[in-house]
Amino acid sequence: MSITLFIEQVLNGLQFGFMLFLMSAGLTLVFGVMGLINLAHGSFYMIGAFAAAAIASWTGSFWLGLLASLMAAAIAGALVEMVVIRRLYKRDHLDQVLATFALILLFSEATRWLFGAFPLYLDVPAILSGSLTLPMGIVYSKYRLFIIIVGILIAIGLFLLISKTRLGVRIRAGESDREMIAALGVNISKLYTIVFALGAALAGLAGALIGSIQSVEVGMGEPVLILAFVVIVIGGIGSIKGALIGALLVGLTDTLGRFLLPALFGAFLDPASATSIGSAIASMLIYILMAAVLIYRPSGLYGKMA
Amino acid sequence: MLKKLTQLAAATAMITTPVFADEAKVKVGMITTLSGGGSGLGIDVRDGFMLAVKGNDSIEVVVEDDQRKPDIAVQLADKMIQSEKVDVLTGIIWSNLAMAVVPAAVNQGKFYLSPNAGPSALAGKGCHKNYFNVAWQNDNLHEAAGGYANSTGYKNSFILAPNYPAGKDALTGYKRFFEGDLAGEVYTKLGQKDYAAEIAQIRASDADSIFFFLPGGMGIAFMKQLAQSGIDLPVVGPAFSFDQGILQAVGDAALGVKNTSQWSKDIDNAANNKFVADFQAEYGRLPSLYASQGYDTANLLISAMDKAGVSDADAFRAALKAADFASTRGDFAFDKNHHPIQDIYVREVIKEGDVLTNKIVAVGLENRSNAYVDECKM
Amino acid sequence: MQERHFNLLCIFFLLAIPIAGLVLDEPYYITLATKVTILAIAGVGLNLALGYGGLISFGHAAFFGVGGYVAGIIASHALNYDPILEWPFLIEGTTQMLILWPLAIVISAFFALIIGLLSLRTNGVYFIMITLAFAQMIYYFAISWPSYGGEDGLSVYLRSSFPGLNTMDGLTFFGICFVWLMFAVWLSSRMTNSGFGLALQASKQNAVRVAAVGIKPFKVQLIAFVLSGAITGLAGALYTDLNRFVSPSVLSWHTSGEIMIFVILGGVARLYGPLVGAAVFIVLEQTLGGVTENWQFWLGLILIIVVLFARGGVIGLLTKEVRNE
Repeated sequence: MSITLFIEQVLNGLQFGFMLFLMSAGLTLVFGVMGLINLAHGSFYMIGAFAAAAIASWTGSFWLGLLASLMAAAIAGALVEMVVIRRLYKRDHLDQVLATFALILLFSEATRWLFGAFPLYLDVPAILSGSLTLPMGIVYSKYRLFIIIVGILIAIGLFLLISKTRLGVRIRAGESDREMIAALGVNISKLYTIVFALGAALAGLAGALIGSIQSVEVGMGEPVLILAFVVIVIGGIGSIKGALIGALLVGLTDTLGRFLLPALFGAFLDPASATSIGSAIASMLIYILMAAVLIYRPSGLYGKMA
Repeated sequence: MLKKLTQLAAATAMITTPVFADEAKVKVGMITTLSGGGSGLGIDVRDGFMLAVKGNDSIEVVVEDDQRKPDIAVQLADKMIQSEKVDVLTGIIWSNLAMAVVPAAVNQGKFYLSPNAGPSALAGKGCHKNYFNVAWQNDNLHEAAGGYANSTGYKNSFILAPNYPAGKDALTGYKRFFEGDLAGEVYTKLGQKDYAAEIAQIRASDADSIFFFLPGGMGIAFMKQLAQSGIDLPVVGPAFSFDQGILQAVGDAALGVKNTSQWSKDIDNAANNKFVADFQAEYGRLPSLYASQGYDTANLLISAMDKAGVSDADAFRAALKAADFASTRGDFAFDKNHHPIQDIYVREVIKEGDVLTNKIVAVGLENRSNAYVDECKM
Repeated sequence: MQERHFNLLCIFFLLAIPIAGLVLDEPYYITLATKVTILAIAGVGLNLALGYGGLISFGHAAFFGVGGYVAGIIASHALNYDPILEWPFLIEGTTQMLILWPLAIVISAFFALIIGLLSLRTNGVYFIMITLAFAQMIYYFAISWPSYGGEDGLSVYLRSSFPGLNTMDGLTFFGICFVWLMFAVWLSSRMTNSGFGLALQASKQNAVRVAAVGIKPFKVQLIAFVLSGAITGLAGALYTDLNRFVSPSVLSWHTSGEIMIFVILGGVARLYGPLVGAAVFIVLEQTLGGVTENWQFWLGLILIIVVLFARGGVIGLLTKEVRNE
C-alpha cells in the first residue's frame, strides 16, 4: 500500500465526514433547541434532492437546483412544524417517534406520487466535474473537494450564527430555559419554526449535494437518517461542535475500516474470505465505535451530562 | 429431508383442496414489490405481464405488494394459496424473497413462474418440478460479462459487489468464465452509496477493466462517482445497473458502458417489435428488461394454457416445459432444471436523441444454460 | 368504557377473527390473526422495558431476530439431518417446540443481559441510540454471515412440532400463540403490580429517590430489560414458525421501529396496548393496501391524526381513561 493511497483514503474519510456533518447539523440543532426527536429529517434530505433534480433538469442549472433544494426543504420544514411538530414539543419522545415515523411514510409516498418510482437524474455541474492533481501526485475529485469546502463553510456559518447573532442568543437561551425566554417576550413559536426550517434546509442542501454524486430516489433518506443519528449521539446531542467531530470520526472510521480491514485479514486468510470477513466487520464498525463512545462517555463527546 | 417434504406436501394437499369452477380458467397470484425502494422493478414486471394478458378472459390476476420484505411475501403467498386459491404464483423480484416463498409454494402443488429472481439454490439441489424460471439463473449475466472480458482481451479486472449472497454469486459467476487475473476483489456494504474508498483502490491498482454488480441506486452512485474520478477504464456489468428505468438517472456517465443482458429492445423479431411498440403505446415509456421478463412469463403461461388445463398438473407442467411461445428474446428453451437456455448479449449504452438506451454489440454467451444443471435431481 | 371491559372485548375479537376465517373459508384471516398475536407478544416484551421501565429501546429487533434465528437454525439442522456440533460432543438439531422455546428465551435473554449491561450506563436519547447500535451490529453480521443463508435467509420448510398437536394446522398454531400471549400479558401484569414493578416504575420517574430507599435502579432496570428481551425473543421464535422462514430483515431497524409503534399506537404502559396497536396497524395495512397502491401515504396520515388527537394511544382514545405517564 502506497502512502499516496493512504492519504487519498484519509481525504475520502474527511469528505464522507463533512457529508455526514451536513446531514446531522440540522438534526442536532432541532434536538438541542426543541428537544424533538425527528425521524423525518431524512425526508427533508430527500425533498431537497428531488427539488434540486427537478429544477436542475428544468432550468439546466445545477446552482438553481441547489437553491431550490434549500427553499423546498425550508418550506416543507416550516409547514410541517406549524401543522404537526409544534403540537409535539410537550409530548414525550415516544409520541414524537410515532408522529415523525408517520411523516416518513407520508413524504416518501407523496414523492413517489409526484415523481414516479424511478430514480431521477442529477449530476454535478461541468465546472466541478473531473478531478485535479494535489501535491504528492494525489488525484482527487473536484466535487468531493467542493463538498469538503461547503462543509467547512457551513460549520463556520453555524458557529457564527449561534455565537454572534441575535437569533443565536435566542437559540442558546431556548436550549437552557424555555419558560424564561418566553417570559422575556421572545416569540418562542416563531423561533421554533425558524430553527426547524433552518434544520430542514440544511438537510435539503445535503440531499442535493450528495444526491448529485449518489442517487436521487425514494427512500434515500432512511439510511442517512440512521447515520446522522449515530453522528449526533457520538458527538453529544445538541452540540454543533460535537456533530462536526462525530461526523469526521464516523467518516474516517468507516472509510479507513472498509479499506484497511480486508487488507489486515488478508495477512493470514485467503483473499476471498479475507475480503468477505473484513468487509463484514467494516460494516459493523461505526456501530462498534458508537457503542464504545457511549460506554465511556454516556452523553457523547460534547454532550451535557444528564 | 425429502421424506419430510413429501409429508408436508401430502398434509397441505389435504388442507387446501382446490375447487375448479372453470377448467379453462387460471388464477394467477402475483407477489411483487410495488412500494418503497426498488418498486420500479416490480412495477415493470407487473406492467409487462398485464400487457400480455390484456383482454384475455381466461386469466385472472391478483396482484399484491410485498414491500420487499420476505416475511410479508411469505404471508401473501399463504393468502394467495389458502384464501385466493390461485393455481400459479409469480412476480417476485428479489432472490431473498424467492427463497422465502418458492420452496413452500411449489411443495403445496402450486406452479411458480419466476419473472426475475434465479438464486442458485433453486437451480441446483433445491430445484423442483413445479418451479420454472423465465428470466435467468442469477449467475448468467455475470458469466457473460466474464466471457466478454476474455474475448475483448482484458487481462486484469478489478471486481466489486455488495457483501450478500447475490453479490458473492455475481463475482463467482464472473470468475467462472474470466480467464485473466484479478487486480482486486472488493465486497461493499449492502446499500452503500459512497464509493470513494473503492475508487481510490481501483486507481491505485493496475487493473485494465472493471466489473461491478451493484443493483439499483448503488450502481447509479458508483457510475457517477467513477466518472468524476477521472479513471478511464472500460467498465462491464450486468444489465441491472443499466436498465431503462435507471439509465436516465445515471446520465451520460453511462455512455459507452458494456452491459450484459438476455434481452434488449433492438432484438429484431416479430414478438419483440410488437412488445416494444405495445408497451410504449400502453404506458408511454420504453420497456426495461424486467418488463420483457414479465411479458414473456405471461406468454409462457398462455402457451401452456392452450395445450392443457391447469388441473391436470402433469400435462400442464409438460406444456410449460415445452416453452412453446414466441419469446421477445428469440430462441428460448428450458433446460432440465427448468431454467432458460438462451443467448446472453452484450449491449452498449447509447443515446437516441435525448434518451439513453442500449444497443446490442455482441453475443456474450450463446445458448447458455447454467452451472447448476447437474446438481438438480429431477 | 372501562379499560378492563375494553380488554375483554379485544380478546373476544382476537379469538373471533380466526374462527370467522374458518367459517368463511378464508384461512388467510387465521394467518393474520396469528401474526397480530405474535407481534403483540413482542410488543408486550418491549412494553415491559419501554412502558413500565421508561427504557426506550430502539433495538428490540435484536432479540426478536435472535429468537427467530435460534429457532430457525436448530430446526434447519434437524430437517437436514446435520448435527449442530459433532465435537467435542454431539449436538443434534431438533424441531421440538418444547426445546426450541426455552433455548430461544435463554439465548435472547443472554443477549439482552450483555446489551443491557452496557446500554444502561446511558439514558434518554443515548439509550435509544445505543440499543439501535447493537441491533445494527447483529443485523450486518447476519447479512454477511454465509452459513445460514446471509441475506437470503433460512427456510425451515416445516413448522416445528408440539407433542399431540398438528402445528401445521393454522388454527392450532394460532391457539399456541394465543396461549403464549395470554401468558405474557399475565406475567407482565403480575410483574408490574409486584414490589419489583413498583420499584421499576419508581426508577423510571426518579432514580435518585429510589436509590435513596436502598433499591439499586440499575439492577431493577437490568432485570426488566432482560425479561423484556426474553419475551420478545420468544415472539421471534414463533414468527419463524409462522413463516417457516427467517431472514436478516427481522433484525433490521424497521422491525425495532414497528414493534415500538405497536406499543405507542395501542397505548404505552397498558397491558393490552401492544395487542391493540399491532391489530390496528395490520388491519390498516391490509385494508388500505387493497384499496390503493399509495397506501403508505394514507397510513401515515392516519397515524399522525392518532398521535395528535388521541393521547394515550387507541386504548386511551376509546376508553377515555387518561393517565399521567
